[in-house]
Formats: sequence, C-alpha cells, structure tokens
Amino acid sequence: MTDAFLGLPQVPLDQWVEDATEWLLANGEGVFDVVSSVIGTVNDKLASALHGSPEWLLVAIVVLLAWEFVGPGGALLTFLALGAIDNLGLWSPMLDTLALTLTSALLALAIAEPVGVWAGLRRRREESLRPVLDFMQTMPPYVYLIPAVMFFGLGAVPAVVSTVIFATAPAIRLTALGLRQVPPQMVEVGMAFSATRWQMLRKVQLPLALPSILAGVNQCIMLSLSMVIIASLIGAKGLGENIIFAITQVQVGAGLVGGLAVVMLAIILDRITHGMGLRPLERRRRVRLWKSPLSALVRAIKGLATHARHSGGLPVTPRRAA
Amino acid sequence: MALDVRDGRAERLEDRDVVISVDRLWKVYDPGEQEAREALARGEALEDTSAALRDVSLDVRRGELLVVMGLSGSGKSTLVRCLNGLVAPTAGKARVLDVELPDDGAAGLRRLRPRVGMIFQSFGLLPHRTVLSNVAFGLELRKLSARERDERAAQTLELVGLSGREDSYPEELSGGQQQRVGLARALTLDPDILLMDEPFSALDALIREDLRREILELQERLHKTIVLITHDLADAVALADRIAVVHDGRLLQVGTPAEICFAPAHELIERFVQHVDRLSVVRVEQAVDSQTTDRPVVRVPASAPLGEAVRMLGESDVPALLAVDTDGHGVGVVTASSVMRAMSAPLGAKSTEEPT
Repeated sequence: MTDAFLGLPQVPLDQWVEDATEWLLANGEGVFDVVSSVIGTVNDKLASALHGSPEWLLVAIVVLLAWEFVGPGGALLTFLALGAIDNLGLWSPMLDTLALTLTSALLALAIAEPVGVWAGLRRRREESLRPVLDFMQTMPPYVYLIPAVMFFGLGAVPAVVSTVIFATAPAIRLTALGLRQVPPQMVEVGMAFSATRWQMLRKVQLPLALPSILAGVNQCIMLSLSMVIIASLIGAKGLGENIIFAITQVQVGAGLVGGLAVVMLAIILDRITHGMGLRPLERRRRVRLWKSPLSALVRAIKGLATHARHSGGLPVTPRRAA
Repeated sequence: MALDVRDGRAERLEDRDVVISVDRLWKVYDPGEQEAREALARGEALEDTSAALRDVSLDVRRGELLVVMGLSGSGKSTLVRCLNGLVAPTAGKARVLDVELPDDGAAGLRRLRPRVGMIFQSFGLLPHRTVLSNVAFGLELRKLSARERDERAAQTLELVGLSGREDSYPEELSGGQQQRVGLARALTLDPDILLMDEPFSALDALIREDLRREILELQERLHKTIVLITHDLADAVALADRIAVVHDGRLLQVGTPAEICFAPAHELIERFVQHVDRLSVVRVEQAVDSQTTDRPVVRVPASAPLGEAVRMLGESDVPALLAVDTDGHGVGVVTASSVMRAMSAPLGAKSTEEPT
C-alpha cells in the first residue's frame, strides 16, 4: 500500500478506532449501562402507553392536533392516513416506530436545544462546532449502527442511540441559525428596557428564533423517523422490520405497503410540527382557529376561568408572566 | 442673544436644571477602539481615525426637546445611544439624571434605563406579541403583575389613540400606528427622558406630519425631556426647542431653529438650510411692528410660526393682527408690510423689541 500518492504508508485509522472501541467496552461499562437503562425505560413506557390506549382515542388526539395546527383539511388527511395504516394491518408496528421516533427525537432535542442556544449566542462557538456537526450529518447513517450494536447490543436502545447521533445536528444548526438571525435592533430594544440576560433570551431572542427552532424540531423528527426504519437492521421493532422482512423475501407488495405506511406517518408528523412553527398571526389566517375544536375547547375553559375570577367564585392562581 | 426670541421660552429653559450633560465624549468603534482610548488618555489629538463621536459636549435641560440632526453616518445615533448606555463611550463622560456614565457601571445602567424611554426607527416591536403585550413589555421586565401591567399599558394606548387595537399584532397596523405603539411602550414606564431614534423616517409624509403634531401635543401635557434624532430639517424646525447639528462625529452648532437657519455657524449647515421655509422657522414675534399704537382685534400667538399670521391675514380680511404672548398680552402688531420685512431681511441683523 505504499503507492499512495504521497508515498507514505497507509495510516491504520480503522485499527485505531477498533482499539479505542475495545478500550471503551472494557472501561465504560457503567456509563453504557446507565444510558441503556434510561433509553430503554423511556421507549418501553412510551410504547406500552401507545399500545395500551384504545385506537379511537389515539386517532382522535392526532386528528384534533392536526386540526389545530394544520386546519380542517389536514385533519381529514390525517384521519384518512391513520385509517389506511390500520386497514393495511400496520397499526401495531406503526406504534412501535412512532415510539422509537418520539424517544429518539426527544433525546436528540434535549441535547440539541441547549447546545444550539449556546452556539447561537456567539458566532465563534458555532464555527468551532461546525466540523463536528458536519461529521455527524454526512457520515452514512449505517456506520453508526456498528458501534451502537457493540456498545448496546441489539434492539431499541442501539437504534435510538444511532438515531440520536444522526438527528441532533440539524436541530442544533437551525436553533443556532434562528438565534443569529434575531435582528440586532431587537436586542437593542431589550437592552434599552433593561432586560437581564435571561429575560433577553426568554422574551426577545428565543421567541424571535422560534420559527427556525421549530423547523429544527421538524427536521429532527423527520430524520429520526427515517433512521428508526434503517435501525431495524439491528433489531429495532416497527415498520422497518416489515420492510426488511419484505426485502429478504423479495416481496414487492409487502415492501411497498410498509414504505407507504412510513410515508403517511411522516406526512402527519411533518404537517403538525410545521404548523406549530407558524407565528400566531399566520396561524390565525391559515388555520381559522375559531373553527378548530381544540381551540374552541381551550377558549371555553379560559372563558370559564375569567368568568369565575370576575365573579369572585373560584380561586384562580395568579397568571404567571407569559 | 439677539436671535433668541421664542417668547421667553428659551430663557425659562435656561433656568431649569440640566438633566443630561455630555462632556467631551469620544467614540471609536472597533477595530481600533483600544488604541484610540490609549491615545486620548495620553492627550493626543485623533485626527485621522474614523471616530463616530469627536469631543462632543452638550447640555440638555429638563423639559427641553432637543433635536440631533445630521446625515447618516454623522454619529447622531451613536450620540443618543451613549445616553442610555447602549453604546459605551471610548472617552469622556455623560451624566444623565443622577447617573454618571460610564463610571456608575452596570448598576448605574439598571437604575437609569427604566427612567429613559426609547423609541426606534423601524419601531422595534416584537412581532410575536400583541399590541397590548408590546406596550406592557417594559413593565413585564420589571416584574409587575399581569393585571397591573395590562391596565397601565391600556391607559398608555389610550393616550396615543390606539384603544381598541390591544389584541392586534404589530404587522396588522399601519406604520404610523406601529410607531405610536412604540411611543406608548416607551411611555408606560413614565420615563423622565425620551430618546427617539429617527421616529418618522420609516413613515409616509402625511403620517409623519400627524405623528409630529401628536408628539408636540403630548409634550405639551407630559413635559418630558426629549432627545430626538432626525436627518430632516423640517422635522427639526417643527419640533425643536434647540437643534444640535452633528457631522462626522463633531458637534457643529447647537441653537434654536432660528439660529441654525439664519446664523449657521458652518458652511455645511448653510447648505442644509438654504431652502428652508422661512414661514415655518420665523416666529410671529419676529415680524411685529411695535411702533404702531393700533390695537387690532384679531389675535395671533406670538410664538406661532409666521405662516400662521400670513394665513390669518389672508383669510380674515383685516389689515393687521395683534400678536399676543402666552398670557394674552399684546406684544405688537403684524401687518402685511411687517411680514414682508421679516421675510426679506437677514434675521441675524434684526433686533427684536421687548414686549411692553
């Protein structure tokens, strides 16, 4: 191998990585156990909650959310998509996939949001983080499966770990981008009104960055979904299992049906999280909130509370600073 | 003070206490601020650097409306931002109310900023908040209860004529309305000083005039100390007690609108004011004929712009008007010929008689 163009012997990078992995396996057992049990618990609880709920209740909740954030058309589409998944006999694997996706996305966001805010407040920080993010995002996702299996065995936990690595980067990027795009004048407004650093972040910077942050949340969920399917290669349950099985059996129909269920789940998740990112005014225009049953319900409860407060009836806890 | 004829208003201002005192202020933005600071500390002259402020000294008195005028990049906005600590000066001091900048540090700024309201060129309203919650922003940062801040914000909204728009979002309002929300937001904290950074420049001409008038009316009632930035001479002449002209970071001249227009201290100001509308700058009292013993019945305020007298002469079909001071005493008679004299004579040369 000395015919490399610089005439140098090949660097045994692969060997080094394997040595490092060996060392981690030998010495980091405690850490892996903790991570493993946390992820396992969250995913199990979520999955059993989804499986334990009656089907009609889940459908109702998701449809109402779609109505709230997407509009009546979105609600109808969601209803039809969920009906189709059920009809194709994929309801149960869909729930497994959903549980894995949500677990991964929650974990990824728990890491991405603080890091993104930290990076977004100073240009230098974001620049120093960029190579790491590029690495995480462009590395072919299958590669993460290997160390994940070595450290965590087969099943849900390594699937979630590799998914988290893959899905964190864009959420960090979009959160940091949102904060950097806050107009300097707005920060000046906060300063002129003597906002503390915390108030500045909470009442000026984060709200103005929110559309971008929520775009990051949306990306994170979408990438989690796609990675959770891939992670069926290492024993993750759900729709991915059906697809892998169809591949090994060369069953075109079953493969396509599993794929379609993924697409429908993806569209539902995407539209709802996208709708959450709209500014209140945009939403008021597009979604026509007064027609959304969920909003109507919230308004009714609020109205009752106001009524009670004004008539001095119910004791109402003082409203906290918004 | 031959030119200072604004019905004694300027004299009364001079008796009031100084609430803003700027003393030899310098600002050089990075890169190069540290070098400039050291050079100034050694007492060297900084001629070649691109300083945003050069050795500016200025006093503003309680209740005064000072207009800082200059082209873009002249340093006017840096000067105003030094007054509430948004910009830290490279050298020099500013005393605002009882706070010494920059000596009193962060604690001083925390004490000062609630007493100095600011309104911004492109309004600076938070798009995710309703009008009411924008106005309540300053109160919210001061941790007032939701009920109290909403009440006070609603009152201030009424003051600027926007009752009924509480639940709108800023982008649903016109530019003029948005700037009035900005004004209300600054007023809710009941500040002693208002800083206005080009409040009209994002507005159409007509809206601009409305808002100008509204600010004058508010000022009649509230008597705040106002420092207003503009690049527009018409704004400055219409609003100012005094105008400070800034160019290339230097303070070229401070004076009443009449002084600036008719005794410009710099060639650049001369060019600035050469097309100024004299009818809006000259006051009625500068055009009175105090020799006549006539007592015309139609009255005109002595402090009004001369254009007002011309309009009344034209409309009322009388040969002369009685100019009266704020107490209603006659200070002289305005006739067509006295108006023409005031319009043609270089005002620096005309001496004004004291009211009898």
